Formats: sequence, C-alpha cells, structure tokens
Amino acid sequence: MKWKIATSGAVLAAALAAAPFAQAVEISYAEVMAHTCAGCHGPNGSSVGPAAPTIAGINPELFIEAMRDYRDGFRAGTIMPRIAKGYSDEEYKLMAEFFAKQPFKRYDQPHDAKLVERGKRLHDRYCEKCHENGGKASAEAGVLAGQWLPYLQYQMEDYLAGKREYKEKNMKNKLTEMLEKEGQEGLKAVLNFYASQK
Amino acid sequence: MVQIHRRTFLQGVGVTAAVGVLGAPSLALGAAKKVVIVGGGTGGATAAQYLRRYDPTIEVTLIDTSKEYYTCYFSNLVIAGLRDLKSIRQTHEGLSKRGVKIVHDMVTAIDGGAKQVVTASGQKFPFDRCIVAPGIDLVYGAVEGYTAELEEKIPHAWKAGSQTDLLAKQIKEMKPGGVVVMIAPPNPYRCPPGPYERACMIAHYLKQNKPGSKVVIIDPKDKFSKQGLFTAAWKKHYDGIVEWLGSDKVGTKFAIDPTTLTVKTQAGEIKADVLNVIPPQRAGKVAQASNLVDDKGWCPVNPATFESTLVPGVHVIGDAAIAGAMPKSGYAANSQGKVCAMAVALLLNGKQPVQPAYTNTCYSFITPDQAVSVAAIYELKEGKIVEKVGGLTPADASDEVLRREGQYAESWYRNIVVDCFG
Ligand SMILES: Cc1cc2nc3c(=O)[nH]c(=O)nc-3n(C[C@H](O)[C@H](O)[C@H](O)COP(=O)(O)OP(=O)(O)OC[C@H]3O[C@@H](n4cnc5c(N)ncnc54)[C@H](O)[C@@H]3O)c2cc1C
Ligand code: HEC
Ligand code: HEC
Repeated sequence: MKWKIATSGAVLAAALAAAPFAQAVEISYAEVMAHTCAGCHGPNGSSVGPAAPTIAGINPELFIEAMRDYRDGFRAGTIMPRIAKGYSDEEYKLMAEFFAKQPFKRYDQPHDAKLVERGKRLHDRYCEKCHENGGKASAEAGVLAGQWLPYLQYQMEDYLAGKREYKEKNMKNKLTEMLEKEGQEGLKAVLNFYASQK
Repeated sequence: MVQIHRRTFLQGVGVTAAVGVLGAPSLALGAAKKVVIVGGGTGGATAAQYLRRYDPTIEVTLIDTSKEYYTCYFSNLVIAGLRDLKSIRQTHEGLSKRGVKIVHDMVTAIDGGAKQVVTASGQKFPFDRCIVAPGIDLVYGAVEGYTAELEEKIPHAWKAGSQTDLLAKQIKEMKPGGVVVMIAPPNPYRCPPGPYERACMIAHYLKQNKPGSKVVIIDPKDKFSKQGLFTAAWKKHYDGIVEWLGSDKVGTKFAIDPTTLTVKTQAGEIKADVLNVIPPQRAGKVAQASNLVDDKGWCPVNPATFESTLVPGVHVIGDAAIAGAMPKSGYAANSQGKVCAMAVALLLNGKQPVQPAYTNTCYSFITPDQAVSVAAIYELKEGKIVEKVGGLTPADASDEVLRREGQYAESWYRNIVVDCFG
C-alpha cells in the first residue's frame, strides 16, 4: 500500500529539531485502523458490554471470514455489514493480526446463575468438541466464554433463522440435536454458562 | 508483540536515566517532550489517553475548566426522564491514573509563537505541541432576542449538564396539552441528528405523560440527518405529536420574545410553553481568541495530523475542526483524537505520521428501546477527508433489528466513554 503524507518538509524539519533524542516509538497502520473500532468494541477489542462482542483474541481466520461475510451479505448484522465494506482484504488481514494478539478481557455480566450448572453439562456434551476449554479456546471456533450474552443470543437466533451460515455442518447437527432433546431452555442454559465465565 | 516489548524496554530506560543511576547522558539530557491539551471533553480526553499509550515518555497536561464532564450523547435520554444526569457524568480521574497531568482552569490564550498556553489564573504551560479540543461556542444573537443570560430561562441544552436538567424540568412541569418549540440550528453544527433524536425523546415523554401536547421543530434547513428514518419514526410512534417545519415554510431567520415565549418566523408567530433554542455554532471561544479560526469561525487543519494550517505546532480536533466529510460528533472527535495522538507522538520523535484511519458512527434513539444508526469510514484523499463507504439503518429494518440497535447503542455508550476517559 502506497501512502504519502501531506506534511511539508518544513514541518518535519521543525519536528526533528524539537526532538533531538528521538526514540524508537513505532505505530503501525494496523493499530491505527484497529483503534477506530474501539468506540464500539472497547479498547483493544475488549468490549465492556453490555451487548457488542469482544473481538480481542479472535482467531484471525474467523475474523477475516466474519468481515468478508458481512461485506458480501452472507452474515446478518445491524451495523457490521456497513462497516466491513470500508476495508480491503489486505486491511482485514492487518486488523486480524492485531486483534488476535490482544487478550480477551472478561467482565462480570448479568446472567441467570441457576442455569449455569446445566449449561455446563450441555456445553460439555454438545459444544466442547469444537469450543474447547469451556468455550475459552479460540483455536477452532469462536470464543464463547465471557462473550456478552445479548450478542450470543442474537447469533443463535441468526443461525437458527438461516441468517448466518454455519461454517461447520457439525455445529448445526449438534445444535439441532441439543434443541430437540433439551429445548430452548437448554440453549438458554448453555449461553448463561458462557456469560458466567470469567 | 515486538512493538510492545520495545516500548516497555524504552520506558524502563527513560526511568533509569531520569533518576540518574545509569550513565545514559543523551537520554537524561533530552528533557521530556511536552504536550498540552486544551479541553478535556471527548476529543481531548481521547488524545490524552492515546498519547500516553503511544509514547509514555511524553509529558501530557490536560486543561479543562470543569472537573465534571457531562456527555452530550445520551443527554436526550435524560431530557425524556429515561436516565438521570449522574449517569452521563464523566471525570478526568481515569486519565490521571494513566499519568496525564490534570489542571482545572480556563485557558485564555494559546500562543503558538511563544509555544505556551495561558490560563485565567495566570499559569503558563510551555509545550512542544498543543492539542486544542474546546468544542463549540454558541452564537446566541443569531436567533434575534436570544442571549447568553437567557439560557437560564430558555435552555439550549446543547452543552450537557445543568442545561439538560433545566430542559427536562421545564417539560416535566409543562401543562398538559402544551407545546414544546425547538429552534434547530443551521449547518454545520454539533451532532447533526441530535435535534431530531431530541424530538423523538420529548415526544415519547409527552405521549406517556401529557396527552395532547406537541413538539414543533422550527428548522432553518430544508433537509436533515437521517431524515427518512426520523420522519418514519414520527409517523409510526408520534403521529400528531411531532411537527417539523422546514425553511420552505418558516424561512431561515427567527426572532424570539423571551417574555411571552413567542417565536417569529416568516410563516407567522408560534407561542411556546417550553422553548428550546439551539443557536448557530462556531469553534469554542478559546480557538477564536487564539487565531485558530477562518472567517466562518471554524478551525482549518491538515487532516493527516490535525495541525492547524494557521498556527504551526498547534493541533485542533473535534467539533472545532474542519474535518472534511466527517460530521461534528463524539465518535468523530474520538477518532480524530487518536489520529492526532498518533501524528503528534511520531512527529515529536522525529518521524513521519503513518496513514490515518477515521470512522464515525452515531446511534439515535427513536423510542426508549429502539435506535437507528449511521456509520461511515473515511480516508485521506488528495489532502481531504472523504467518505469511503457509509450508510444508514435500512428503512425496512424490523422492530427486532431496531431493538438490537438500541442494545448496541447502550453498549456503544459504555465503550466509548471508556475509550475516552479510561
Ligand atoms: C444532544 C446531543 C446529542 C449528541 N449525541 C451524540 C451521539 O449519540 N453520538 C455522537 O457521536 N455524538 C453525539 N453528540 C455530539 C458530541 O457530544 C460532540 O460532537 C463531542 O462532544 C465533541 O467533542 P469535543 O471534544 O470537540 O468537544 P466537547 O466534548 O464539548 O469538549 C470540550 C471541552 O473543552 C472544555 N473547554 C472549552 N473551552 C475551554 C477553555 N477555554 N479552557 C479549558 N477548557 C475548555 C470544555 O469544558 C469541554 O470539557 C451529541 C451532541 C448533543 C448536543
Ligand atoms: C458502531 C459500532 C461498531 C463499530 C464502529 C464496529 N463494530 Fe464490529 N460489531 C458491532 C456489532 C453491533 C456487532 C454485532 C453484529 C451486528 O449487529 O452488526 C459487531 C460484530 C463484529 C464482529 C463479529 C465478531 C464475532 O465474534 O464473530 C467482528 C469481527 C467485528 N465486529 C469487527 C469490527 C472491526 C474490525 C471494526 C473496526 C474496523 C468494527 N467491528 C467496528 C459494532 C461495531
Ligand atoms: C463441529 C464444531 C462445532 C460444534 C460442535 C459447535 N460449534 Fe459453534 N462454532 C463453530 C465454528 C467453527 C464457529 C465459527 C464460525 C461460524 O460458524 O460462524 C462457531 C461459532 C459459534 C458461535 C458464534 C460465535 C461468535 O463469536 O459469533 C456460537 C454462539 C456458537 N458457535 C455456539 C455453539 C453452541 C452453543 C454449540 C453447542 C450446542 C456449538 N457452537 C457447537 C464450531 C462448532
């Protein structure tokens, strides 16, 4: 990417004069771009809630896939389809690398504590295979533990309504199986288990 | 992670050099670079935070007249009685914890030549670079008969705080069947969708609490932000309660009689029970006093760095700045604060700024739990900030989507104040 700055030579010369002992402060375009997301996703991508998702620590491939799907209309969203159109594939990649390196910060959030135990059991049976370590791992699938509950609910609604593609057919199978056996209450329990995780 | 390690390492060196334990004369000699930030609202606070993180060796001093900052965003919810004023109060304590020096005083002059900022109490603050984010100044007299003294009786509520509470109180005490009249401002002004979100919120309150009452908007413009979405919301939720009168009807020049609360327009007179005058605007007073403004009263800047094109070494961000296609919003001020912090940190280190990135988004509530939004990504092209992509909530969005936007708007508020104030 080629980019030329519009500051005049004189300005830079003055800046150099004012800073005789220049230090190695480095700022990347990736970082500058990623910081524009903070107003909604929180500083460094960890949302303080109560609804917008944390994108810190996200698997870079899933990140790129999410941005492309929003851009190309394969994934529903209230505002991300508009935002994702603003960046190139190369820029997705730069931001993916930035966010993957950030720690996923977990905050206390309201949830139904009575559902957590059942939710954990159901998670272990139906979801743990891909969402490992109680939904904390990011290697295979989305990080679910500590994600904001309204966001998780909206995602499940969208998957079930066919507004978001399953990338793993087996997730659809497991989810369908769980819903058949445990009903919507079972799904609610699983999501409350994720919300309880710190 | 390389960058972070390197920065932590350098921070360590700086500290040792300062206490003089190690022989690092070049570092010890280089006095800390000083940045003074004038105005600790949305833009100034963001710039302070990001400067500290980009280069912790820079000494950052932030000066604001006031210890408390009430966000204008979400103040329309306070007017509707859906939140209290306390819930939109922010302070500079978070910034202080991050090592920003906080001074509560009024800046009277920014002297680009002498490179110092002077305050009302006579203090002087030298700087290598200065970042100015004073927000707006209201041009009271442009609505004939309106004056600064009258704001205690006829609120503008365009700077949040006691003005917000005053307008809320007047509406609460209004007689049932009364008329709230709002005079909207001409372009450009702080928060383009703000007056129309306010109309929704007042209408909601009136619908619930004072049947038969109305909100009338007297507007010197012939169109406005998110117009389709607002007009649809008025029809759907507040039919017969909100009335918008544009410049084709009322013209562009208005006068008020403060004793009778009557507004005169080219279409005749309208008597208000509660009057909300939002006057025309220009860059904050201190920018006017420091020769940072053009003949229209706003500050021209180099959009790559937000450095003033009139006073070198002084940067202007937020509502006061002319930032191309970006509107005067909190999200924009926050976004500009980060670009400016990046540029200042690099320039003070003898480096070229990197490519900037700018975003604006703005949620507006149409009912207590439904919101609509605008989002845009901007780029620097031929020395100007231009819109790359942007768009509104689709006109056919379902109630469910609008409710999700309401939830995400609440979430936006919490995240942006953390990103600004810590
Ligand atoms: C009703 C309403 C609703 C809004 N809703 C939204 C929204 O939903 N989303 C959004 O993005 N934006 C919204 N905005 C716009 C947003 O509030 C402003 O665009 C934003 O605050 C601009 O930031 P700023 O830093 O330029 O100015 P400000 O935030 O106003 O900060 C200026 C600061 O400078 C200080 N100051 C001024 N002069 C001096 C001086 N001489 N010495 C020392 N200190 C000084 C002031 O005390 C103040 O703290 C809304 C505005 C209004 C009025
Ligand atoms: C105005 C608020 C807002 C801004 C700004 C914003 N986002 Fe989002 N983001 C959301 C919301 C809300 C969602 C949930 C989906 C939706 O409703 O659009 C989301 C979802 C996402 C997701 C999906 C997360 C997952 O686990 O699958 C990614 C990835 C994402 N955003 C990346 C970004 C990036 C990168 C930026 C900055 C370039 C950004 N967002 C800017 C509000 C925002
Ligand atoms: C076969 C592997 C697999 C199984 C089993 C699985 N998932 Fe997933 N899940 C994924 C993958 C991969 C993704 C991310 C890509 C996608 O599908 O959008 C994902 C994404 C999600 C998301 C969206 C996360 C985000 O950040 O937007 C939720 C919520 C989710 N899964 C819930 C569940 C639940 C609940 C279960 C158990 C009932 C489950 N998954 C079982 C693989 C799986």
